[in-house]
Amino acid sequence: MQPLLRVDKLVKHYAAGRSAGSRDKLVALDGVSLSIAPQSTLALIGESGSGKSTLALCIACLEHPTSGSIWFEGIDVAALHENQQRKFRPRIQLVFQDPARSLNPRWTALEIASEPLIVRQDTSKQERENKALELLDCVAIPRRLASQRAHELSGGQKQRLAIARALALEPKLIILDEALSALDCSVQAQISNLLLELQSSFGLTYLFITHDFAMAAHLADQIAVMDRGRIVESGPAENVLRSPSHQVTRSLLAATLPITETPGVGLEL
Amino acid sequence: MRYLLRRSLHAVFLLLGVSLLTFLFSALAPGNYFDEMRLNPQISPETVAALRAQYQLDRPLPVRYAHWLNAVAHGQMGFSFAYNSPVAPLLWARARNTLLLTVTATLLAWLLALPLGVWSAARFGRAPDRVISWTTATLLVIPDLVLALGLLIIAVRTGWFPTGGLTSVGFEEMSPLHKLRDLAWHMTLPVIALVLATLPTLVRHVRASVAEVLEAPFLRAALGHGLPHTKLLYGYALRAAANPLISLFGFSVGTLLSGSLLVEVIMSWPGLGPFLLEAILARDLYVVIGGVLLSMIFLVAGNLFADVLLYWADPRIRTAVSAK
Amino acid sequence: MTPILEVKNLHVAYSARAGEICPALVGVNFVLGPGEILGVLGESGSGKSTLAASLLQLLPLNGKIQQGEILFEGKDLLRVSPQELRRTRGGRIGLIFQEPSSSLHPTIQVGRQLTDVLSAHESLDRRTLREKTSQLFAAVFPTGAERISRSYPHELSGGQRQRVLIAQAIACRPSLVIADEPTASLDPTTQREILLLFRTLRQKFSLAMIFITHNPSLLTDLADRILVLYAGRVAETGPTAKVLSSPKHPYTEALLQCLPSHLREDQNMRKARLHVIAGDPPNLSLPAKGCLFEPRCTQRMEVCKGSEPPPFTVSELHEVSCFKFAG
Repeated sequence: MQPLLRVDKLVKHYAAGRSAGSRDKLVALDGVSLSIAPQSTLALIGESGSGKSTLALCIACLEHPTSGSIWFEGIDVAALHENQQRKFRPRIQLVFQDPARSLNPRWTALEIASEPLIVRQDTSKQERENKALELLDCVAIPRRLASQRAHELSGGQKQRLAIARALALEPKLIILDEALSALDCSVQAQISNLLLELQSSFGLTYLFITHDFAMAAHLADQIAVMDRGRIVESGPAENVLRSPSHQVTRSLLAATLPITETPGVGLEL
Repeated sequence: MRYLLRRSLHAVFLLLGVSLLTFLFSALAPGNYFDEMRLNPQISPETVAALRAQYQLDRPLPVRYAHWLNAVAHGQMGFSFAYNSPVAPLLWARARNTLLLTVTATLLAWLLALPLGVWSAARFGRAPDRVISWTTATLLVIPDLVLALGLLIIAVRTGWFPTGGLTSVGFEEMSPLHKLRDLAWHMTLPVIALVLATLPTLVRHVRASVAEVLEAPFLRAALGHGLPHTKLLYGYALRAAANPLISLFGFSVGTLLSGSLLVEVIMSWPGLGPFLLEAILARDLYVVIGGVLLSMIFLVAGNLFADVLLYWADPRIRTAVSAK
Repeated sequence: MTPILEVKNLHVAYSARAGEICPALVGVNFVLGPGEILGVLGESGSGKSTLAASLLQLLPLNGKIQQGEILFEGKDLLRVSPQELRRTRGGRIGLIFQEPSSSLHPTIQVGRQLTDVLSAHESLDRRTLREKTSQLFAAVFPTGAERISRSYPHELSGGQRQRVLIAQAIACRPSLVIADEPTASLDPTTQREILLLFRTLRQKFSLAMIFITHNPSLLTDLADRILVLYAGRVAETGPTAKVLSSPKHPYTEALLQCLPSHLREDQNMRKARLHVIAGDPPNLSLPAKGCLFEPRCTQRMEVCKGSEPPPFTVSELHEVSCFKFAG
């Protein structure tokens, strides 16, 4: 079966350094290749600075890669012109880590959920509101909260709202960039269940970016590990977790174990 | 360094542009100095024509501008028709008087505004803060004109202060110490007027910026580390609130020459303001242009100063600038 | 052994703009021995950050300590003079706040910020101050200490900033450090390093610690005892191993079951539903009647609706505020 998303040797450079036009560049992505099968979940694990977020932005067509290709449903979206890319944006949605910052705190839940629908110019305001209410139902936000402003909602509710917003345009692929990391444990469990439900109801594909191995192990079919702009290991979740082959994977896994009697970091005062 | 050079270059271009515009507007304004003279039947048209030629008023505009620019480059700012003497020394003398007033008033206002604003912010919402807010609001509402006149009335009624002017009669014969005292005595009321006019705005800005910073997490953290009160307020809070205040300070510097017109006129202070006013009314072209240019230099310098100060004071700006 | 910290019957509340009082901590009691690490486990709204702030009276303007005693080394911090309080803050009790990104002054070099803490509590000459600062930096930064000391917060990574905060907290050799979610925004590797650092600090200086977090897995092997907070009340306190392996309070039980790692103990349960705690956390501004966890509790009884459960002793050092263990 053709993968829903296939990234091929993606490279992204940012200009850095003291003066414009200098040769210094920051290599965020150094030839990344991965693929995600439809209706499956790929967990992308890496530390900060590994390039995970840059990859997410490139796939969502919010950043232009320096070179390489991004095949989505068989079309290289990276090579498309801005106007043509716009057609694909609704199919790939992003959910960010901090809902307090990705949602306008002064807007009501209903407004936030219905905002993406404005893109569909053939809908009336009433139709948009109805659809937005349906979306809120999907993510288990009680309808009585629809007129609450975003800053009045709890962390879990805000994140559900962010997911509702992502669902508005019926995407095929949802990229979750550390979407659970800022939440309490019990809330993470709720949202995780919600994500699984939505995946089976709507046939969604997830790219789940995280540094929480436990959650990745729980949700993912495949796991890819990133380090300094490259994928260093990938494969079925079981294999990567039970028998990691790359050094980086092993040290990341080791970091999640409880701290036993390892000698402490040297401290001479 | 490059940042500084770039900003200075911008400043120079700005000044050139302003000078051109001022020149154009003044020269194109209807009438010139000699119109009055022409109306005077005792002066023959030939004399007027000769004078006009002498002052080059019959040359085309670009030529006049070019000449003037050349002169400025050599430190001369043209010729005043009314006073029949070079503009530059006239302007400097008046500007000096203005600066005497405004520099003193500005320094005093800032030295008072900072502690007042910080003190007020530290007691935000409580009685002392309310008193200060109310006072500053009242002062802001009262026009500078009224403030100056009010002070003048006090001077007249009580006789404690002179009712205008720079110096007393017989100034030249006084000893240096007496001269200083006399000057200070004459300066008191205008300075008070200026301080009262500018202090409220400054206090409100300081108070607002500091109050906002006092809510910041890093200040709570510093409090949690047991830093002493004064250090918290001045070393940490005021310092973090500095950015908008530095910009405001730049503005203060920028208006050193132009901000005191009203007070000078009312208190008969022989400063730049009244002088320029006369010149505009009399169509004394080169005085006007020279005066405007001088004010603009201060304004631009003030902004540049603020930019440099901001660059020096805030490391985040340094990083952002070098990242470009 | 005399406890280093004794909190007795602490009640803290916030006043909302409409004049309503919202209790954040109700009747909190606990004891901390010297060199002991207490993990405070709580989710959002449990009052854990309020607890951290109240211990040193750093609540925001609308927060008020209504009653209680906070006995530190025998003295009630709520009744000492302002000077004494200032000397305690940072001098005898160190504090590590959440959010390393905003807990440092943005335009002062971090080395200077550390020196400021030192000079606030010790009268030393400039040279000694500088030396001590360098030593502290070298202790928390194995490499590049000098360069980091002269940097500004925005030039450092999250982990580096966190280490600066830790250095500030231990600068004056306090006997107690309160850490509020010190590893919240950090990578797993950095997180682990910070946890190891804390453990070393305790070993070397018998530093007592209150480690506040919402993530139970951080407390294994670090905390000696755990205190579970729910809705501003203490639900359970006990030795870490006991609380994590056989939790007694229904809330603690439910919370631990939510973790995906709990699930993996049963063979291949990947992509199965995780346990959740039904319902939502209670609205604390409404008057409380009965146990606050009761609406969400799967083991609720009739008596739970009537009054709030006091702590019952289950075994040595293990107390649970639940009517299941009455009598």
